[in-house]
Amino acid sequence: METPTITANRIRQYLLEDKRFDGRDPDEFRDLEIEMDISKKAEGSVKVKLGKTEVIVGVKMGVMEPYPDSPDKGNLITTAELLPLSSPRVERGRPGIESIEIGRVIDRCIRESGFIDFEKLCIKEGEKVWTIFIDIYSINDDGNILDAAAIGTVIALKNAKMPKYDEKEEKLLHDEHTDKSIPLTKEIPLSLTIYKIGDKFIVDPTREEEDIIEARVTIGSYEGSISSIQKGEESSLTIDQMSEVLDMNEKVWNNIFKQIKKHL
Amino acid sequence: MAKNFKRPDGRKNNEHRPIKAKVGIIPNADGSAMFSTGDTIAIAAVYGPRQMHPQHKQDPEKGVLRCTYTMNSFSVSDRIRPGPSRRSMEIGKITQWALEPAVMLEKFPSTVVDVHINIIQADAGTRCAGINAASMALAHAGIPMKGLISSISVGKLDKNVVVDLSKEEEDFEEGEGATDIPISMTSDKELTHIQLDGKIDKKQLKEAIKLAEEACEEIKKIQTKALKESLGNEESVDEDKDKDKNKEKSE
Repeated sequence: METPTITANRIRQYLLEDKRFDGRDPDEFRDLEIEMDISKKAEGSVKVKLGKTEVIVGVKMGVMEPYPDSPDKGNLITTAELLPLSSPRVERGRPGIESIEIGRVIDRCIRESGFIDFEKLCIKEGEKVWTIFIDIYSINDDGNILDAAAIGTVIALKNAKMPKYDEKEEKLLHDEHTDKSIPLTKEIPLSLTIYKIGDKFIVDPTREEEDIIEARVTIGSYEGSISSIQKGEESSLTIDQMSEVLDMNEKVWNNIFKQIKKHL
Repeated sequence: MAKNFKRPDGRKNNEHRPIKAKVGIIPNADGSAMFSTGDTIAIAAVYGPRQMHPQHKQDPEKGVLRCTYTMNSFSVSDRIRPGPSRRSMEIGKITQWALEPAVMLEKFPSTVVDVHINIIQADAGTRCAGINAASMALAHAGIPMKGLISSISVGKLDKNVVVDLSKEEEDFEEGEGATDIPISMTSDKELTHIQLDGKIDKKQLKEAIKLAEEACEEIKKIQTKALKESLGNEESVDEDKDKDKNKEKSE
């Protein structure tokens, strides 16, 4: 079920001339489709399609005790699940390292960028704070779940409405939403990934392409500031290649941001 | 039946919520479908028949049907922890039992057919919606079947037997409270699955099953229509191809 060697070789051969099977440029994403509010029990939810890849992201909020090291700050918990429904190769059972990594990489992009104003999520210092749950599910995996999830995350957060909280009774009214958005800062962090095959770099790989990548660099950034980086897979990058990656990321960031702006 | 009983959303007692069904929603899967009733949305994907791993679970006599049921953490009001739970594992098993009688497992020995159900939005009746979606997905995958399985939750609110309970109705507390009875049936009207939570007498249970039978009949029609629609497109595409081929030949 893996990409056969003959296909892999052909992909590499094409890339030498900066060509791809589906006719895209190396730094070109597939068609991006956004569908808002796909689950109304969620505080905010969105479906993101990148070509055939499909991911849904939902934001839920709860009231919990703060962590001891941040008594006046809200919490963020990001979880990703690669559903067996989304691909013939996802096995059932405990989440694998792949989905754990997706959750953690996106968590860091959001957290480190300062996108969420955690201090405004404090209800009572040391006792009660808001917790934001970001949950990511794959629906159809045709490569680059990581970026689809990242795009979905910012859109879901931006469009989420806080649930009502009864301060007297100290009770969360789940199905009643306020008009209030989650306290966010102005800059939108987007985490996007550059993938390396041979000496070439591409974005938004299909399943076939993602199977043969040798390295990937996921960069979370906003308005020119980088807030998180994760390099994955075994191959190394030279310093020149790394700066090539950063340039490519900037270009792709602007391109994607333009496309999703109307949902933010 | 008690007089002046009104369902919270104004439905008649034998009226299900608005149903939507669509086949072929997950390109990776061999078969897939969406089924929604009111605010409950389920999607299902089928993979297989394919080789069974681990190998010792292979059955040389017949294929194995394996079902999983997952609820998205944000599909309900109070977020649930992602990943398998005792409830979801039980429903997976129930789903397998509900579907198995319709699937001709002996046609593909030693293999496994995986059915994965995912609940995107929950407003009661999720297992039934899941079974309905799975049944369509199996047919879409071309798995040999004796017929479709259709599923509906019937129940009793105080003393009134009703069909397709919403979450609000499930939480009904007046009088005798709510009884929830999810039921699945083959196209020959044989029960493949029935569960019950609550309190009901024999007469009313029979009444409830009768209601389920009627509702399943309607659901079967909706499922069949959705399957035909998905086929319809492919057929028309094929017809065009045939025409082209004929053209080529005549040229």
